[in-house]
Amino acid sequence: MPDVEEAVAAAFREEWGQVVATLIRVTGDWDLAEECAQDAFAQALDRWRRDGIPRRPGAWLTTTARNRALDVLRREAVGAAKLREAAVLGRDEGPYDPEYDGDDSGVEDDRLRLLFTCCHPALPIEARVALTLRTLAGLTTPEIARAFLVPEATMAQRLVRAKKKIRNAGIPYRVPPAHLLPERTTGVLGVVYLLFNEGYAATSGADLVRTNLCAEAIRLARVLARLMPDEPEVLGLLALLLLHDARRGTRVDADGELVTLEDQDRTAWDQLEIDEGAALLETALRRGRPGPYQIQAAIAACHTTAPTAADTDWADIAGLYGELERFVPSAVVRLNRAVAVGMAEHPDAGLELVAELERSGELADYHLLPATRADLLRRSGRTAEAAEAYGRALELVENAAERRFLERRLAGLRPGG
Amino acid sequence: MKYVLLICTPVGGEELSPAEIADDPRFTSYIEEVRGRDLMRGGARLRPSSDATTVRVQGDEVLLSDGPFVESKEYVAGIDIIEVADLDEAISLASRHPAALAGGSVEVRPVWE
Repeated sequence: MPDVEEAVAAAFREEWGQVVATLIRVTGDWDLAEECAQDAFAQALDRWRRDGIPRRPGAWLTTTARNRALDVLRREAVGAAKLREAAVLGRDEGPYDPEYDGDDSGVEDDRLRLLFTCCHPALPIEARVALTLRTLAGLTTPEIARAFLVPEATMAQRLVRAKKKIRNAGIPYRVPPAHLLPERTTGVLGVVYLLFNEGYAATSGADLVRTNLCAEAIRLARVLARLMPDEPEVLGLLALLLLHDARRGTRVDADGELVTLEDQDRTAWDQLEIDEGAALLETALRRGRPGPYQIQAAIAACHTTAPTAADTDWADIAGLYGELERFVPSAVVRLNRAVAVGMAEHPDAGLELVAELERSGELADYHLLPATRADLLRRSGRTAEAAEAYGRALELVENAAERRFLERRLAGLRPGG
Repeated sequence: MKYVLLICTPVGGEELSPAEIADDPRFTSYIEEVRGRDLMRGGARLRPSSDATTVRVQGDEVLLSDGPFVESKEYVAGIDIIEVADLDEAISLASRHPAALAGGSVEVRPVWE
């Protein structure tokens, strides 16, 4: 019966994180939680074939996993205290009722609890990302290792260490209290954004696991947006990811070469994602509490809603970068603003801002600084200076696709090129 | 859970004696909170690292060197042993420690029990 296999696969995508999150709360044991969740999914294949697919697969899986955990704990004398706790918690939630179709908010809180714990700032950033993918998204260790281009053993060790630190250092399993929430939410959003970028940056050779990271990040952002609907930055992040993702397929051509925003095939952009992102952004902005993700989403929306590259409202974008600078006072943001100003007014206005950045020495080794200067000089018709700047950018660039792009631009400057 | 807070201060920074700490309003409010909530399980103010002696043993030989075992920009100026519910509470306490507020740092280490 292929539909049972499909149902289990769908339940895995939808429910894995929730089952693990609840089991961690009930048992306090991360490894046991994962084991029992795996076991429940394995049982589902047999039992659903025999008894039919339950109306609420998530509740069935959670109950099955919890019963399994109780069995394991019962057999361990050590587990006596945990067992009492688990039994009490189990009773509170009541037995699995196939007819029950009510509120799931308690269950969703568990996922949020899990996400905040995985993203605790006391864990190394790579571990936060890996742990989120493993426990909440259900990716396997080899999959995560491939996605981050590290050996499997390294990734396995990273996960073990992180779980050990959670236990040994006493990292609490909870959504932080109100006074910590804003800063911790920022941390969680940062992990989800990093996850997305990790997949987005995968250009040529488009490894499926890596592009899959984009989908996982969007899924997590959706969960967050559902759980924290009043946080405009959460909606802003989801909007930003959708607006970026809408263009993902057009960023490289068939040969794996970079295609700039200007030259991307706008008809191939994902209109559904653009519409959803724009609507989310509007909802977020109506709250009147702007933040860096909302502003970045607004910038992305300026690009995705322009019918042609020439229609892009660069003045609007320059203003938005100025606003972003207030939240994220970084040289990279100033560089982006220089591009927008150069496009909105005249390349020379952008070049002035670039020169300011060069004098500050902040981005001395960043290839996009000379590359930006080169592009503005090119647009200004100052070919010889542009060539020199491209040369400098080529000395600094590391990524192969970006290098080829700069080389093509440099070649394009020559007469007949 | 029990944690040790290793209070680190910059080398060459101010070196308050226990008596001076007892009179310093920055410390008294902190100490009052920790005592009032009954979180303190022990601790010590340590003399500066220039007063330290490091002992190493190589075979039968005892090797002494003056100063701390690692030269660094910060040195451990004191330790507090606290008992709180979890890491977040320990972090919250550490972040309000006067030494942390004065440009030092606090290393939060769970006690191995």
